[in-house]
Amino acid sequence: MFSRAYKAAITLPPLLWVAVFLLVPYALLLCYSFWTVSPAQTIIHHWNLGNYRELLRVHVYFETLLRSMWIAARVMLFALLLGYPLAYYLSFHAGARKDLLYQLVIIPLWVSYLVRAYAWKTILGSDGVLNTLLQYVHLTRHPVEFLLYSPFAVVLTLTHIYTPFAFLPIYASLEHIPRNLVEASHDLGASPLQTFWRVILPLSIPGVLAGATFAFVLSLGDFLAPLLLGGPSGIMISNIVVSLFGAAYNWPLGAAISLCMLLLVVGLLFLSERLEKKWSYS
Amino acid sequence: MNSPATDARAAAAILLSIRQVAKSFGKLPVLRAISLHVDEGEFLTILGESGSGKTTLLRLIAGFEHADSGEIWMAGERLDPLPPYRRRVNTVFQSYALFPHLSVRDNVAYGLRVQKVAASDVEKRVDEALAMVKMTAFAASKPAKISGGQQQRVALARALVNRPRLLLLDEPLSALDANLRRQMQLELKSLQREVGISFVFVTHDQEEAMVMSDRIALLRNGSLEQVASPRDIYSRPATSYAAQFIGHTNLLRGRAEHGRARCHGLEFPTTAASGPAIFSLRPEHIRLADSAAGNDAVRFCASILTQSFHGATDLLQVECAEGLKLTVRVPSHGPLTGQHNFEFSAAHAIPVRDSEERT
Repeated sequence: MFSRAYKAAITLPPLLWVAVFLLVPYALLLCYSFWTVSPAQTIIHHWNLGNYRELLRVHVYFETLLRSMWIAARVMLFALLLGYPLAYYLSFHAGARKDLLYQLVIIPLWVSYLVRAYAWKTILGSDGVLNTLLQYVHLTRHPVEFLLYSPFAVVLTLTHIYTPFAFLPIYASLEHIPRNLVEASHDLGASPLQTFWRVILPLSIPGVLAGATFAFVLSLGDFLAPLLLGGPSGIMISNIVVSLFGAAYNWPLGAAISLCMLLLVVGLLFLSERLEKKWSYS
Repeated sequence: MNSPATDARAAAAILLSIRQVAKSFGKLPVLRAISLHVDEGEFLTILGESGSGKTTLLRLIAGFEHADSGEIWMAGERLDPLPPYRRRVNTVFQSYALFPHLSVRDNVAYGLRVQKVAASDVEKRVDEALAMVKMTAFAASKPAKISGGQQQRVALARALVNRPRLLLLDEPLSALDANLRRQMQLELKSLQREVGISFVFVTHDQEEAMVMSDRIALLRNGSLEQVASPRDIYSRPATSYAAQFIGHTNLLRGRAEHGRARCHGLEFPTTAASGPAIFSLRPEHIRLADSAAGNDAVRFCASILTQSFHGATDLLQVECAEGLKLTVRVPSHGPLTGQHNFEFSAAHAIPVRDSEERT
């Protein structure tokens, strides 16, 4: 149908793009993870498994990864707890206000991530909005310190930032539920609550899985929120990678951690896709 | 509508009664003060073109829409303030609306389970319902794996297993191909007799309505045009619209004066009141005139324009003296051309109300 030249012309640019910006960097990452840094701070192109041994030997890496996963899991949970009711309300009960409310949920995504993270710093800090208010109403005498520079602050900020990402796929899956199924359920004698548990929730599972995956994976790899609000106790795995590629100048070890993270995320995406398939019926 | 006397006579058997129900969507009136009743065990068809309001009327009975005014009563209980899940009414949806995540068996069991029927009873009744629609073999299948006709049967079983007082069917056969459709029409009718539940069936297909119904309620632009048995509505259409929509007919426009009708040079006795009049004359009631004509036969001469073969009958387009064109159905015949004499019995020219005047 189309000439070979035409086919080549439209398929080559995206292939090149993938090659240059994805395959080459990953290949480099893979290579670096098997190299080492000399005491003189040069990369020695000598293939060995030293970096991976280091990851197993020094517990702080694994502990930080676990803490990151625990933070990401909480963000995922809160994002779902906030995002699902919001999506449900918008899809089924918002009526004429649906489009407006949808825009209101989306608008924060257009605001710079940094601005939103800094906003929480202003709210949670010892001279921040929240502490001033608490002291003003005499609930506390001194600023509450645990608010800022803690895993709590990181979870709060990430939940704020990633809830729209959980909301969107849930909303999409709810919008896809044929409304006559809800009517059929009511018609067969099911109350609105029974209809929710027996029809709406099961049919929205693919959206929940996609939303959960977004919230978890995006939070797991986040480094700005812990950097700005996490303090020493809120350090996440990406902060370690950033410092290894920066001040610590140990690209090979950073590459090894990155690859482990990559494998973890790919595994999660694969699992989530399998589950989504299992729960989708269209 | 009905006289008080007929109301009293029918009162014992009335299951559903729709009283002066009106509904608008925004400024658009969809139903205008509809009054209609459904008897116990009756197969009532709401027939109308798309946009006539037939589906809205059905959704009002099911509880998916709320009437602007009027009341709906079922078996001595006011129905219209109740939410759909409190009504002993079940619906077979146009697109079946089977739950895609549940097996055929779980779909059928849905209504019983949400109503907390004991598990052993659920099993028994679901088995019976599946057997009734011959879907036992597919109990474990998901709806996506079975054909449209089979989905139709499952939707029917899912509704009937709840033993509703009234079953609503929203064009349930429209998605099926012609052969399956005819088969399902007969099956549905015999099933209805078997279970003895009142059916309210919505369709735009007049043939389907004629085959299946005890009574037809013909809806047009949100008003009832005529409510009668298929035979009555066919042989005694009340309006020109009813006459044209149910079967084929010739509409003769003319005047009635003192018991005589005059239309395009035809003259015959009539019961119509004096004034402008419209008469419905079915094509099969006109015949080729033989020499021995009956007394009341109206005779005319017409030239044959076209002839088409329909198996047992031929359909003729003929033109009479004053340019009046008529359709005539005669038993199959050899080729006909030129001028012929035709006749019809004056009793078959049914005076009908003009549907155009009202709107």
